[in-house]
Amino acid sequence: MVHVPSLSRRAFVFGSVAVAGGVAFGQYGHAEQAPSSAVATNPLTAELGPNSVTFNPWVEISPEKITLIAQHADKGQGVGSIQALMIAEELDLEPGQFEIRFAGPSPAYFNTGFAHELAPFMAADQSPEAEKARAAALEWLRKAGLQMTGGSSAIPDTYEKLRMAGAIARETLKAAAAKRSGVAAADLRTEAGSVILPEGTKIPYVALSADAAKITPVAVAKLREPSQWRFIGKPMERLDIRSKVTGEMKFGIDRTMDGMVYAAVKLNPNKGQPIKSYDASKAQSMPGVQTILKISNGIAVIATNSWYAMQAAEVVDCVWEPSKYPAEQADHWNVVASSFAPRFLGKEWRNDGKIDAGLEDGTLVEAEYRAPYVGHQPLEPLNGIGIVTDRGMEIWVGHQTPQSVQFIAATAIGMKPEQVTFHNEWMGGSFGHRLEFENIRVLAEIANQMRGIPVKLIFSRKEDFLQDIPRQIAMGRYRGSVKDGKIIAADLQVAATAPFKELQARMGAPTKDPDGQLAVGIWNVYYNIPNYRATSFEVQGLSPSTTWRSVGASANGFFTESFIDELMHAAGLDPLMARIEMCKIPIYRKLLETVGEMADWKGPLGSGKGRGVAFVESFGTAVAEIVEVTMTDAGIKIDKVWVAADVGKVVDPVNFENLVQGGVVWGLGHAMNCELTYAKGAVQQTNYNHHEAMRMYQCPVIEVRGLENDYTVRGIGEPPVPPAAPALANAIFAATGKRIREMPFNKFIDFV
Amino acid sequence: MFDITVNGVRHRVDVVPEMPLLWVLRDELGITSPKYGCGIAQCGACTVQVDGAAVRSCQARMADIAGKAITTIEAVGNGKLHPVQEAWIEHQVPQCGYCQTGQIIQAISLLETIPNPTDEDINEVMSGNLCRCGTYERIRVAIHAAAKKIGGI
Ligand code: FES
Ligand code: FES
Repeated sequence: MVHVPSLSRRAFVFGSVAVAGGVAFGQYGHAEQAPSSAVATNPLTAELGPNSVTFNPWVEISPEKITLIAQHADKGQGVGSIQALMIAEELDLEPGQFEIRFAGPSPAYFNTGFAHELAPFMAADQSPEAEKARAAALEWLRKAGLQMTGGSSAIPDTYEKLRMAGAIARETLKAAAAKRSGVAAADLRTEAGSVILPEGTKIPYVALSADAAKITPVAVAKLREPSQWRFIGKPMERLDIRSKVTGEMKFGIDRTMDGMVYAAVKLNPNKGQPIKSYDASKAQSMPGVQTILKISNGIAVIATNSWYAMQAAEVVDCVWEPSKYPAEQADHWNVVASSFAPRFLGKEWRNDGKIDAGLEDGTLVEAEYRAPYVGHQPLEPLNGIGIVTDRGMEIWVGHQTPQSVQFIAATAIGMKPEQVTFHNEWMGGSFGHRLEFENIRVLAEIANQMRGIPVKLIFSRKEDFLQDIPRQIAMGRYRGSVKDGKIIAADLQVAATAPFKELQARMGAPTKDPDGQLAVGIWNVYYNIPNYRATSFEVQGLSPSTTWRSVGASANGFFTESFIDELMHAAGLDPLMARIEMCKIPIYRKLLETVGEMADWKGPLGSGKGRGVAFVESFGTAVAEIVEVTMTDAGIKIDKVWVAADVGKVVDPVNFENLVQGGVVWGLGHAMNCELTYAKGAVQQTNYNHHEAMRMYQCPVIEVRGLENDYTVRGIGEPPVPPAAPALANAIFAATGKRIREMPFNKFIDFV
Repeated sequence: MFDITVNGVRHRVDVVPEMPLLWVLRDELGITSPKYGCGIAQCGACTVQVDGAAVRSCQARMADIAGKAITTIEAVGNGKLHPVQEAWIEHQVPQCGYCQTGQIIQAISLLETIPNPTDEDINEVMSGNLCRCGTYERIRVAIHAAAKKIGGI
């Protein structure tokens, strides 16, 4: 008999999404019922020009041009390119034959890719009940209509639906051409933006737009066999590469508008607190300054140039309301340390075997781990252009959650979300920063005071650091035991601030449910350990925190994979061989074997060299990494990293490699060199010299292999991050005998 | 009033003498390929050529730069792609791309002084250019490839 998960558990997980849909996105009445077809809610229909056609929310053809809509925002991960190419694959378009436009807010762009993450089953679980829960989650997402880029979900969300969007468009264009030419659709083919008649005549798609608009789009189309693919799975040039190499690419920060003014801000560094008073007499008379405005949590300087605005904002004397969280960092850690108590319980996510008996039975191993606050700090600082009139607000800003931008901006100035018109921008990085709203709220407030005038806001780097809502602060208290060369028990307890739950609250959708992100890296652990417990505690009253590339797993993955290493060491086991042996999931075992082959793993290296391995599944994607280091006179040198990741299907291979390498650099660099600490209620690190992450001289060679054994297609933006830190810490232990249990590692050991 | 020449075109700008070149280019002249990243010489996103040398434009005051010839990424290849740009495309270096105009100008300058750099040379010169997306290894590979192109190998 199959075990069916209790309704309450499912309802409970979906419940948090339900609230998100209900509150933040409730303005979309028609999202309440599932659309009968995509066309029913196609947002492109409303603004379609004459003689133009749209077949679904992703394809628009006018007599002049073909436009493909990218529903997932591009923050550098390459989806601006691959989304269009997946449509082009089926629609038979070549690069250069279409324009790409980012989607406006619409429930038609709800993210199907979250279905796996929301269903309370482990990624590898293909049981009927797991699939049923995922199907239910999908239905839920459809109703909620939440359009969000994040959670490494862009490819899982779009892999089928965009190819289908292209195929439907193609077949409808063929139907239009059939009607015009009198040739049966079955005898027509398509190539490079044209329908081709049997005798060879080409009818460009753009010439068919008016005819195609008059017929009902075909309802179903057959997707091509992978063997016929021209783009997917093949090395291809990202469509945005050239413009980024020539300098033509316009990011949000590069946009200009006639008559616009430049704004810079100084905001209360005690996050979430208002301004009490200010003295702007000195700033008022500085060059270029037009006016100085008070907003709810600070001041804004309006000037004729961003630099004038920033210079003047710097010298405004502000009196701030003090922080509600502890002013000093040491007290933050004290609060975390005292949160391993029943009243802070998030959830006991797993309890296998008999944990107490298991712990008593063997040799006890105990360890405490720490992960500090860290910043996102994409290289393009927060910015945006906004214009407010009596009718509403129009905003141009790179963001991952269009509907939330509408909600936040509208709420800030007493308007309704549907009065806010949102335009997305190419982003110079995000890493979770552009899921938050500091710039949105502030820009709305400023533009509201400057009605009718476009305002361009840029955060100075210092302001961006000061307002950056960091990664969760986290501590792991782990116990385990080993006996007869085996790990027989592991009891993993994590206390951390709740990043995703807090983000949901800021989106206007608070929930009382435990933060599922704090389960990642302690719950989805696939080793055969007979007595196993995983518990999260949610720390209250500290700095706000949010999703930071790989979210919960960025800290928990470090704790768990370091501790597993400690247990293996105590049991006298080889860290790679033991992981392979203990791994319960065949395709994950294969991944560990693969990374071992890539590195030619043969056990200890000796002579000041060491290798560490780590394996973490996050967002459904399993990633195994091996790091090799050498102890030199100048400190630890990272020689090489090997990565194997299983994503079911590598859709864009060159970009895949780039993203994996970047994820490793992100994971290593921050683990080695970064933390944000509070003093007097404000973050002490205000530029990159205080928060360097990795620069080129520390960057190793990173060899990447993508595996395609998983049963479904997975994302790769975040999953390479979590294994990097523990693999490095384990390598340092192998080389030096020193266990580092706290990030950043440079507090404990020197790096070259 | 200051005169500057950007990519061969003369401009007259009315700004205070302390204004960094970066903001003159971006906000006064609308040339947005040099990027603002840190404002304090920590990231290299703002790098341009001043009289042929790679300079952090966020640190170059207008008063000191007046009369000099500025080259931004648009003109580094004299109407074509520079071999460094070609290598950047072939190796698909950029992710978000925000740092890359600065990286390319720095790499051009590196190859002008050291035509055949070792990894150590590259690390030395390029470590002032931050890439938050982590494209460092691809940058190294692309620089080696560009060195070969320029050397005609
Ligand atoms: S903006 Fe000039 S070095 Fe960062
Ligand atoms: S490519 Fe994004 S910062 Fe370098």
